[in-house]
Amino acid sequence: MSVAADTTTRQLLRLGGVTVRFGKPGVRPALDAVDLEVAAQEIVCVLGPSGSGKSTLLRVVAGLQPADEGRVLLEGRDQAGVPTHRRGVGLMFQDHQLFPQRDVAGNVAFGLRMRGASRADQERTVTELLDLVGLPGAQRRAIASLSGGEQQRVALARALAPQPRLLMLDEPLGQLDRGLRERLVAELRRLFRELGTTVLAVTHDQGEAFALADRVVVMQDGRIAQTGTPLEVWQRPATEFVARFLGFDNVVEATVQGDVAVTPWGKVPVPDGTTDGPCRLLVRPAGVRLTSAREGLPCTVAARTFRGTHVALLLQPAAGPQLEAACALQNAPETGEEVGIAFAAQDVVILDATAG
Amino acid sequence: MRLGLMALPLAFFALFFAYPVIAIVGRGLKDGGQWRLGRLGTVLSDPDVLHVLWFTVWQAAASTALTLLIALPGAYVFARFDFPGKQLLRAVVMVPFVLPTVVVGSAFLALVGRGGLLDDLWGMRLDTSVWAILLAHVFFNYAVVVRTVGGLWGQLDPRQEEAARVLGAGRFAAWRRVTLPALGPAVAAAALMVFLFTFTSFGIVQILGGPTFSTLEVEIYRQTADFLDLPTAAVLTLFQFAAVLGLLALHAWTVRRRESTLRLVDASTTARRPRGHGQWALLWGTLAVIAVLLVVPLLVLVERSFAGPDGYGGIFYTTLSSAGSADSTFVVAPLDALWNSLTYGAAATVIALVVGGLAAAALTLSHSGLRPDGQSPRADRLVRGFDALLMLPLGVSAVTVGFGFLITLDAPPLDLRSSWWLVPLAQALVGVPFVVRTMLPVLRAVDGRLREAAAVLGASPWRVWREVDLPMVRRALLIAAGFAFAVSLGEFGATVFIARPDRPTLPVAVARLLGRAGGLNYGQAMALSTILMVVCAGALLALERIRIDQSGEF
Repeated sequence: MSVAADTTTRQLLRLGGVTVRFGKPGVRPALDAVDLEVAAQEIVCVLGPSGSGKSTLLRVVAGLQPADEGRVLLEGRDQAGVPTHRRGVGLMFQDHQLFPQRDVAGNVAFGLRMRGASRADQERTVTELLDLVGLPGAQRRAIASLSGGEQQRVALARALAPQPRLLMLDEPLGQLDRGLRERLVAELRRLFRELGTTVLAVTHDQGEAFALADRVVVMQDGRIAQTGTPLEVWQRPATEFVARFLGFDNVVEATVQGDVAVTPWGKVPVPDGTTDGPCRLLVRPAGVRLTSAREGLPCTVAARTFRGTHVALLLQPAAGPQLEAACALQNAPETGEEVGIAFAAQDVVILDATAG
Repeated sequence: MRLGLMALPLAFFALFFAYPVIAIVGRGLKDGGQWRLGRLGTVLSDPDVLHVLWFTVWQAAASTALTLLIALPGAYVFARFDFPGKQLLRAVVMVPFVLPTVVVGSAFLALVGRGGLLDDLWGMRLDTSVWAILLAHVFFNYAVVVRTVGGLWGQLDPRQEEAARVLGAGRFAAWRRVTLPALGPAVAAAALMVFLFTFTSFGIVQILGGPTFSTLEVEIYRQTADFLDLPTAAVLTLFQFAAVLGLLALHAWTVRRRESTLRLVDASTTARRPRGHGQWALLWGTLAVIAVLLVVPLLVLVERSFAGPDGYGGIFYTTLSSAGSADSTFVVAPLDALWNSLTYGAAATVIALVVGGLAAAALTLSHSGLRPDGQSPRADRLVRGFDALLMLPLGVSAVTVGFGFLITLDAPPLDLRSSWWLVPLAQALVGVPFVVRTMLPVLRAVDGRLREAAAVLGASPWRVWREVDLPMVRRALLIAAGFAFAVSLGEFGATVFIARPDRPTLPVAVARLLGRAGGLNYGQAMALSTILMVVCAGALLALERIRIDQSGEF
């Protein structure tokens, strides 16, 4: 997303050079000069491993964690000195943090009560929201009686009830099992579209991030490593860190010469327009094509893992590091078999050598 | 914010604790405006004083060892076994701890003293030996060990031991390598608490010790009240204070060790019915110990209170309500002491709740600070110091506090000598530590992110407290109130000094009755003790019903 796009859409959240240090000066900050912009009605997902500063980012925006440097602007207004409860943002906590001594309705209506909404308004909103999240009539149920998925829906309804201008989600689906998670991601995306909610979510699960977000921000050690649409990030990881975080491990040292790169695996074709010189190079598993053992680079199949839609192969070439390849189930070779491989240029990515 | 909450407790402690204690110690050590620190040496080399010091330490060590020896198997039984009536028994075990020391003294006097049960049966008397004191201390502190150690023991995940067994450790080796290290800090903390309580023991030794045995606290009382020897009392107070400070520091250290990461589970899931002869024997043995050591003294106390000169009857009770027989020590009817005790106790409870509640809130705030790495080390130390300060009244000689009240709060603008509030103020001092210790674990257990969740939803800090904290601590507040009330009812060391002769509390009245010869006085003392026991036990049983977790320290 370019800077030009921001001038056309209304900018809701802007972080400028936000830095948070937990330890002494000199220790790596939890957030290191982070710049981030979120447009109104945009769904942005911050993706990163644990300890990359994602949750701290949300806490800074919510005002739960003061920033040591930098500014947080909501709708253009600097939030320095504005206490949490006056920021008008919503935050759905990682483990929901529902109030155990209140029932479902008491939880959902909490934010409205704090804003002094009338009892009738509260009841109407609670009913609407519980319908929306698929828990109609659950008003009087106790929190302890809810399943994980139901708690997650109540937490969502509670965060939505006061109509926050920015909704933040911390690992929103982290504790749910896989099937429920996939269903809820789709539901959430539809819901946010309908309501026109601006969302800033953080997660360590790339599947969740790609399914939910308009734009993905990958964080590494308190810094932003890459920003882009899910497709951009998936197809063109910017750095070795991003590539490896997304699960791509076929990364090697390479030197580009014209339309090929010289690597320990031999010559690998590169996309057009690649500049010459040394670099780090990624071949996505889909770009490793199996050929007969006589053609291409000879490899031994070291391991094979069934992945449902395809088979992941771990290959040991005669020279160079091991390679991962993906192939269809029907013609997957057995462990120990000799195969040959070729590389497809569209799945080769030149990584930014400076980071990672 | 935190400083604001701390202000009232700090002011309270400065005015009603530090000021009186410092004043009386100063008066003892000053002569004509000059400090006479040489007195320290003089007093501490006096063979009589040395004897008292030696006895105080010795009996505290012996009481602690004996209590651990008797109560640790009990802790195991309560933690790991499931048996009918366990809840009731848990409450019964707790009764002695909230009983006033004076009642405990009377009960043991009725059991092992002159004309006591053992005397009647076998002509055996222990009130002239140190055993009476030691047994009374075990009686009193059994619950401390069972609660502190058993509470943790029950929450230890048995699968940890099972994991060790699977890895090839024998039954005993698994216990020694896995459970014992986990329990160690709790055992140490319990031992320290028992040592602290017995080191400063007053009422029990006063009643059972006779002229032979005297602890520091009793000696301070004697020097102050009987001989008016303030210098000696001041030196002894300082010495006791230093010793208690050391013990409290140790205790704080073990508590911090205890908070280390243990795998804790719901205690109700770890207990099961005993299996095999060994376990049944252990269960029955524990029940027998509880019956003999904890229940029998209380029953004997009740029995003696009904054993009139002409057979059983309520004579000692009926005479309590009349003021003036010839040898009466009272200008008012002894039964009035009940009313005095209840009203003083209620006022003291309110004071202790306000002061202790604010203090606990201040200590919690610092815990839920915004930075995950905690405050700056200096602020952290300040808070820990505040925490320790709140525990001090448990260890400083109550006699000193009481006498200090008399000599300091006697001049305008704070002339409380004739004020009704003097007694509740002193009693509240002892109640505050209990309130703080009860509230703190609960307040700290409130997940800080719940407060954050409320704040994000638009609740101001005050609303957050009302909406999130208050509903959760309501029960703890009730429990704290109960403890403060029971402790106030039983407070003796300070009250004996400052209660006005025409307004004695129950423990003071009991002690006065016991101090006089004559069967009627003795019987009335037993009757009053029984009443006091019933009130305290009633308060406790009401508490047990609302008690939710066993994680508190008392």
